[in-house]
Amino acid sequence: MGILNSSFSLSADGMGAMLCMLTGISFPLIFVSTWNTLYKKANNFLGLMLLAQAGLMGVFLAMDALLFYFFWELALIPVYFICSQWGGAKRIKITFKFFIYTFIGSLLMLVGILYIYSKTNSFDITAFYNSNLPLKEQMWVFWLFFLAFAIKMPIFPFHTWQPDAYEQSPTAATMVLSGIMVKMGVLGLLRWLLPVLPLASFSWGDTVSTMAVIGIVYASLIAFQQDDIKRLVAYSSIAHIGLMCVAVFAENKSALQGTMIQMFSHGINILGMWIIVEIIERKFGTRKMSELGGIAKKAPVLTIFFFVIAFANIALPLTNAFIGEFLMFNGILGVNPQISKYGIPLAVTAGLGIILGAVYTLKMARKVFLGETNSLTEKGTDIAFHEKAILGIIAVTIIVAGVYPQPLLHSFEDITNSILNKSDVLHLLKSAKH
Amino acid sequence: MNALVLSAIFGVVMMFSGVVFQKNAAIKTTGIVAMILLFLANCMEMRGIKFFKFDVSGFMAFDSYALFFNGIAIFATLIYLLITSNQMEKVGKNFADYLALIFFIIAGITITTSFKSLLTLFLGIEIISIPLYILTGSDKKNLKSNEAALKYFLMGSFSTGIMLMGIALIYGSQGTFTIDKMDFVLSAKSNLHIAGMLFLLFAMSFKASVAPFHFWTPDVYDGAPTVFTSFMATIVKAAVFIGFVRLFGGAFGRLEETWSIWVAIMIAATLFVGNITAVFQQSVKRMLSYSSIAQAGFLLFGVYAMNDAAREGLLIYSAAYCLATIGIFAVLSKMTDYSFEGFNGLAKHQPVLAFTTTICLLSLAGIPLTAGFLGKFYMLKAAIMTGHHLWLVIFAVVMAAVSVYYYFRVIQAMYFKEGLFNLLRPAALKNIR
Repeated sequence: MGILNSSFSLSADGMGAMLCMLTGISFPLIFVSTWNTLYKKANNFLGLMLLAQAGLMGVFLAMDALLFYFFWELALIPVYFICSQWGGAKRIKITFKFFIYTFIGSLLMLVGILYIYSKTNSFDITAFYNSNLPLKEQMWVFWLFFLAFAIKMPIFPFHTWQPDAYEQSPTAATMVLSGIMVKMGVLGLLRWLLPVLPLASFSWGDTVSTMAVIGIVYASLIAFQQDDIKRLVAYSSIAHIGLMCVAVFAENKSALQGTMIQMFSHGINILGMWIIVEIIERKFGTRKMSELGGIAKKAPVLTIFFFVIAFANIALPLTNAFIGEFLMFNGILGVNPQISKYGIPLAVTAGLGIILGAVYTLKMARKVFLGETNSLTEKGTDIAFHEKAILGIIAVTIIVAGVYPQPLLHSFEDITNSILNKSDVLHLLKSAKH
Repeated sequence: MNALVLSAIFGVVMMFSGVVFQKNAAIKTTGIVAMILLFLANCMEMRGIKFFKFDVSGFMAFDSYALFFNGIAIFATLIYLLITSNQMEKVGKNFADYLALIFFIIAGITITTSFKSLLTLFLGIEIISIPLYILTGSDKKNLKSNEAALKYFLMGSFSTGIMLMGIALIYGSQGTFTIDKMDFVLSAKSNLHIAGMLFLLFAMSFKASVAPFHFWTPDVYDGAPTVFTSFMATIVKAAVFIGFVRLFGGAFGRLEETWSIWVAIMIAATLFVGNITAVFQQSVKRMLSYSSIAQAGFLLFGVYAMNDAAREGLLIYSAAYCLATIGIFAVLSKMTDYSFEGFNGLAKHQPVLAFTTTICLLSLAGIPLTAGFLGKFYMLKAAIMTGHHLWLVIFAVVMAAVSVYYYFRVIQAMYFKEGLFNLLRPAALKNIR
């Protein structure tokens, strides 16, 4: 659109390409894993899912603020319709809450975009990077953007829509929401917040990191108390995303690379988790840990895959999440004291959350898979071939990315450096003094 | 000028068509053909072809902006007639008269959007209002319709009085009625002038149903026959806003500092009252009348920002708003049950109708890829361009998110809820198909 100085510009940098790859891998896996689920009006369902995929890829590739906003909404609306048409019993209310929450966030982001546009007179991303707003204005605009991303990710205290929405959505939509859609928020932080508003990101960094750390511990504690495995996985997702947010605001190379690789790993791992949850629910008709047990005896293959994915979820070495979390913790601990003085306390508290993560994941493993079989799980059978195939793909990806992450890390090199260059606050402050 | 003269002539023609033709179908065809001719005549004027060469430069200026809006208004009315004229026949016996009144309103709209003197503005607003009083009360046997008409008439004439008072005060301070002469005469802000301006602000706000002058709106919109509510809430309201912008941009441009804060507060109040009250409505028709108040808040951004983006935005916004609202009212007028539950399960029985309604609702809610989004986008952009009162913009988007709540209730009812869908009248069903 010429009058508005906005253009349909898409481009795949390392991060965008990785996330598109994640989307591209996930959607076929999602479709295959829900192969046997019978949806009413399956044509509408699949159409909306593909529309959501288009929106997501657009968000990851858009290099124009208005276009970014368009895709941001385009990804949301199909998911809204999917969840409210094919979800659980309380779906209409819950999905509506989710929709309104995210819609408020994205409208505020629109105001932020328009505010920067009123200064730069262009929606192009390079114009945004060169906007150099004064500190006072950045402080305002930061929150307009951050709220949108924080609701999407979600960061404490904007997470209240998430567990309910995950629980009530059809599993295919939950996979999209947690595996891919939350990455929209992280990508927003990395591409549209840090480099565009470096001064404000620096000033508010500690506040935001504290919120995220509270979220990690809080979500882990709640996850520990859950009986429903779907809710457990939902809360564990909040903890993982919180860690990414802390790492983003540490603003160094190790942390940013860790975040990017963790975006990929988390997408794969949580997808695997949901597939297993879906299988269990389909086979046994319940998601309550208290009603399950001893599945390992009846379904050994499923159990093996579950343990691989669960180990990845708690970031044991040789799994992909270990690389990401190691780099992130390394980055948070090694944060430049001029950027944040609280690197060590943040890392320690976040680490506590991760330990709790191990506790509840293993508790779930013990209650669901180990132990004695009961009347419900007695008749259990092992998984079908197509399920073996998709879980196999996920397990292989987990281990390959955990053993040999260099190609991925290498592809993030350029984008990490360019983000760090643009958000180099210390340099900016120095040049402001001269 | 083409549209003004022709619409007045067509109005008279329509009145006589009731005598000449016996069948409603013939009257309807005449009306639609006349409306198409009117649209073509307006397009010709935009290309520079003028049928009537009267010198009215002292009273009216048919500039491209006014002509463009007239084009939108006539086009929207054409769509309106095409969709709803079947329903209009059911209101009462005097079908030809209703069409005639609509043509007279179009004449009023063309005056309001292109006035140059305060007196012509007054004439335009009155020519719009008087036929509307009649249309509101056209369902003669219905008590609610009568009550609405009386209420509208009393309140409307009161606000007209205030408007005249304002014009008189301004004439007293300026010695002229012509808006573009005022800017040059004005040297010091006189109290007389400011008082006149405030009176005009209030009167125009009344006509545009801006809070705190909105109290008549829900009752009148609810009481009037649904077909005419649709017309009042859309085309007429948008036209009043064009007049509003013309008045405040032209006559009071220099006083912007004085009135912009008033307008800002009124925007906030309108958005708040409209949206919050709409949330609690049980009837879709009442919800739409509150939503039209809420949308007036967004249209008022055009007056508040008063820059090029705002002028463009006002055109886009009014076009998007008119078409979407006419669409929803057209669906509504075919329903027997106006409550939200009345829409339950519509998608199953009438998928196309439900889909169209959804698009209209998404447009009203301002979801991207609809015209409503572009309208809101332009309005917000214009408001941010002014550089102050960022809080107002943030408040507006929060309220826009609230509006999603009640628009989506209808979508939810249509798609996600099961309903015994036997509420559509059999005759109406045939019309939809």
